[in-house]
Amino acid sequence: MLKTSATDVIPEKKVEAKQKSKFKLTANDKYYASIFAGPSLFLLGLFVFYPMFRTLYISLFLTNTFGNTTLFVGLENYVKLISSPDFVSSMWVTLVYVVGVTFFTIAMGLLLANLASQKLPGIAIFRTLYSVTMGVSVSVAAIFWLFIFNPSAGFFTLLTKMLNLPTINWLANPTNAMWAIIITTVWMHLGFVFLVFLGAIESVPTTLYEAADVEGVSKHYQFFHITLPMISPTLFFISTITIIGSFKSFGLIDLITKGGPTNATNMLVYRIYNDAFFGGNYAKSSAEAIILTVIIAFFTYLQFKFLEKKVNY
Amino acid sequence: MANIDERNVLKNIFSYFLLILLAVVILVPFFIGIWTSFLPTADILKGNYFSTNISLTNYIDAFTNTPILRYLGNTIVVATITMFAHLLFCSMSAYAFVFLDFKYKKFFFALFMITMMLPSEAAIIPNFQTVKALGLLDHYSAMIVPSLTSAFGTFMLRQSFMQTPKELKEAADIEGLNHFQIFWKVVLPYNRISLITLGAYSFLGAWNSYLWPILVTFSNNSRVIQNGLKQLQSEETFNNWGMIQASAAIIVIPTILVLFIGQHYFKSGLNEGAVK
Repeated sequence: MLKTSATDVIPEKKVEAKQKSKFKLTANDKYYASIFAGPSLFLLGLFVFYPMFRTLYISLFLTNTFGNTTLFVGLENYVKLISSPDFVSSMWVTLVYVVGVTFFTIAMGLLLANLASQKLPGIAIFRTLYSVTMGVSVSVAAIFWLFIFNPSAGFFTLLTKMLNLPTINWLANPTNAMWAIIITTVWMHLGFVFLVFLGAIESVPTTLYEAADVEGVSKHYQFFHITLPMISPTLFFISTITIIGSFKSFGLIDLITKGGPTNATNMLVYRIYNDAFFGGNYAKSSAEAIILTVIIAFFTYLQFKFLEKKVNY
Repeated sequence: MANIDERNVLKNIFSYFLLILLAVVILVPFFIGIWTSFLPTADILKGNYFSTNISLTNYIDAFTNTPILRYLGNTIVVATITMFAHLLFCSMSAYAFVFLDFKYKKFFFALFMITMMLPSEAAIIPNFQTVKALGLLDHYSAMIVPSLTSAFGTFMLRQSFMQTPKELKEAADIEGLNHFQIFWKVVLPYNRISLITLGAYSFLGAWNSYLWPILVTFSNNSRVIQNGLKQLQSEETFNNWGMIQASAAIIVIPTILVLFIGQHYFKSGLNEGAVK
């Protein structure tokens, strides 16, 4: 962050100088600034910066059951985490989930957006239907899918019975439970991702496709060699927000699998929550929270860097 | 020529086939959820989806035997206040970053940007202690106060405010308006589309929030809808699938209606956000 702002000083100064000449500045700007920006700064300080430092601080201590620090242990909490098979498996599970969700969300989102960008009569109906999951909240998604996965009366069970296939117990088997969570997450995000991709595909200049049509290039080839490169900024944007969102996933896990079976879906945020509020181990939970922060900060930073480049373009 | 036409017709038929197939796949959870909400639980548990005992009993049960209306009311209050707070505080801080010149402006802006990199999920322990110390536990304010402002909202409005034509600002300066008047009479009206977009995001964000409310609410007086469904599910109603589906339908139908009405705004807002 610092390094880049140093290299960008010159163009930014220029912009500021331009603004100064545009907008007449009054002497009491300082007074206004504290009124306008003060409340937000105070709130972010109290509910974002202070807790962040406090969490970092707690993670370097041992704590009692009230969350008070007792003994300074340095990085010991982190060392314990990294060497605990439980935590490593949790990180692994989180990673599988993040990769699965990101891959399928993008693949499905692109497929739907590409189909719905065709100029066909009645296409508007499909656009509306495909975006419908945008209105679905965590708990509703969880309930709809819990019923579909229900081992005795669920839709999947019924379907497999009708086709005379062996029934799958979705939530009792570790691999299947992970699939269940991934499917539900992808379904929930699909409406939003579809709309963003559709907007991006529609803004690709049609002349590019017309030229390709004249050359007799197949639609398939056009998609991979015109559409994808042209929408790559959007692709990047959706990838990073999906990765960030999946690392922070909590609600669906709490409602569908509760981290089980046998910790197969016990992901990072669920662990932070359980270790602090049920296990009473605030130090361990804080160390996990700091690890989450580092991961999220890294991906958000990537996104900022990319946006900055785009803005400068 | 006829050959090409025929090929196009075949291609279109294939396109429609795919479009319909995918629409069905996406909508199946809705269909099943909403259809079973009209069936008696006994039939659902037997897997008898084609039962003809259709009634509104589950809806009446949900409204009379569960606090779902209370949950909905709680959520609407919390989400509405959060939305207006975001609109006020984010637009104020965005105004400061665009139209005011003050010491350490860049430093403070960097702070806002860093804030966007920090996940609120990692701050739950100290925030819980803060809210507890302020005596807000199990009140609406426990959910509202920590999210009165948003760094993302400030950033988004700043990007929008920067596009305000300088002529407008100059005219306001000539008329001798002060910053409060410029903010209220010039900048806010000019950026109303961005404000509507942020309002929708903030409302939906509060509506969907799950982890923080589950930590700070313990009773039906303050419990929000996202946690309420978990509560229903874990109580004696656990196997009453008909009623649970009806509750899910009650929650999802209004949001989908709002979405369809507001789709135009969402789409333009999303693209704006994605490109900037």
